[in-house]
Amino acid sequence: MKLNDIQSRVNPTFFKEHQNKLYKSLEDKHTTIEEMDDGDPLTTKMILNMGPQHPATHGVLRLVLQLDGESIEKTKLDIGYLHRGVEKIAENKTYQEFMPYTDRMDYLSPYSNNVALCTAVEKIASVEVPERAHYIRMIGAELARISSHLLWLGTMVMDAGAVSFFIWTFKEREKIYDIMDRIAGHRFTVSHARIGGVANDLTDEATGSIKEFVESFPNELKDYHKLLDRNRIFFERNEAVGVLKTEDALEWGATGPVLRATGYGLDIRKLSPYARYDNVEFDIPTRLEGDNLARYYVRMEEMNESIRIIKQCLDKIPNGPIRADNAKQAYPSKDEVYYSMEGMIHDFMMTDTGICPPEGAEAYHAVESPKGELGYYIQSDGTGHPWRLKIKAPSFSNLQVLENILDGEMVADTVVIIGGMDPVLGEADK
Amino acid sequence: MSLELSEPLQKTVDSLSENFSESLIKVYQSSGDTFIQIEADSLLEVTRHLKDKLHYVYLSDIFGIDRYTSEERFEVVYNLLSLKDRARVFLKVRCEEENPELESVVSIWKSAGWNEREVYDMFGVHFRNHPDLRRIFLPEDFEYFPLRKEFPLLGIPGSIELPSTTPESE
Repeated sequence: MKLNDIQSRVNPTFFKEHQNKLYKSLEDKHTTIEEMDDGDPLTTKMILNMGPQHPATHGVLRLVLQLDGESIEKTKLDIGYLHRGVEKIAENKTYQEFMPYTDRMDYLSPYSNNVALCTAVEKIASVEVPERAHYIRMIGAELARISSHLLWLGTMVMDAGAVSFFIWTFKEREKIYDIMDRIAGHRFTVSHARIGGVANDLTDEATGSIKEFVESFPNELKDYHKLLDRNRIFFERNEAVGVLKTEDALEWGATGPVLRATGYGLDIRKLSPYARYDNVEFDIPTRLEGDNLARYYVRMEEMNESIRIIKQCLDKIPNGPIRADNAKQAYPSKDEVYYSMEGMIHDFMMTDTGICPPEGAEAYHAVESPKGELGYYIQSDGTGHPWRLKIKAPSFSNLQVLENILDGEMVADTVVIIGGMDPVLGEADK
Repeated sequence: MSLELSEPLQKTVDSLSENFSESLIKVYQSSGDTFIQIEADSLLEVTRHLKDKLHYVYLSDIFGIDRYTSEERFEVVYNLLSLKDRARVFLKVRCEEENPELESVVSIWKSAGWNEREVYDMFGVHFRNHPDLRRIFLPEDFEYFPLRKEFPLLGIPGSIELPSTTPESE
């Protein structure tokens, strides 16, 4: 049976033109389709729409799969169901006002997003950040990385069939949420970084709970390894599934753990160190296989490295101010605001106009978020609002890879491969 | 303005000015990043040279900018990373407001596919010879390009079909 008339069969009722073009583009992808035998039900071709409302797509991802029996012939992804236009919003807000929106981009690691925005603004406006703030940011960003990888681990293993594991990793995530609550006053959308520093200093309570966590977490990690590393079901679901070669990964723009699992150790923390990543020792875990299992190992080892980084940060963190002491660049401290007239005026100015980078300046700054290279390009027109703010979202790049590696896989492996890619749609859809 | 280029970036700029002297418009730096503006006609040759000869194998991102000027209104920026030299360069081309059109670089970097679709979706810049130029975030039925400066922040009422909320109206 030949499937060259998808359009006449699907008959969409909503966003007609969009659906038609999507099916047309699926039809046009690799145009070498031969005729198949009728009769045998396993060789029947069909179109399967998966998502956007599907628990295993980690948000609102929609996949249109053309199946030949049980194997996927070709795939098209449809994204944009969570498009909020944050880049347009950014053009109408001050830099600091935009920060809560970044929390909601990659909502699994809000701290990394805050740091990414701040470092980009600090680069374009040449703001000096105090030493202590750099270390606080690194601790926050690495905790966010562990939290994000824990969510990935729980859901990916759940996608592969083990539900109880999810509860284990969430137990640890809960601890990180409590730490975030102590650091920033919020559990989820932290918005703790500020342009020129951070909002508030680490309290003794927060430091204590971080220390407790870095002591106890490696044991938990060992338990996870014990449960999964020799687990035959887990292995067979993941080994040689969703294989990506190094050349293809670079060609398709894969980033983060997905790229490192193919053998290429690209990490922004080493490529162009920001904050104080050049003062701490850590390795970039890589694997050569490029399959889902390799991605599992890379992320597990990354969590170990994060713990290493946090421990070193706790040792090295100096005392001192946590925000730049320049009223034109950063918010004054609350003491100043409450007890001096100038402090009050400066606070108003920062809220009303905010920081103004020089006219015509442009800057791009990337950080290594848990998902990969997260970059902010800012072009300024001299006012407190950016003329253009572009976010290079790692999930977006990785989803494009997903569209290409799904071809030829089995339909039952789709959810595991999506889980291994670890996309966050809030970020990919902007 | 004098440039402070690192060694690999100096090599890149030298090689480009040697081979494409007439299509190179300007090279400038801002906040430590290096931007190279070229003529849109020679985009394919320059990008191919950058990838094959100068090791810019990794295309990080492509994005558009609405300059909101009467001439050469739209600007498309290619964020390129040389993995061998650890250098990042931004290549810029401009196009006119009427029928903005550029050559697609999908034949050079496959990852350009979705990025170019995003530029098309947000700014309406067309890419010649793109294998699958559809909107990426918004539905095809949407007629506007939201990141253009004249598009209102609150959107245009009625521009997008909303699902019916009454069950019997099927």
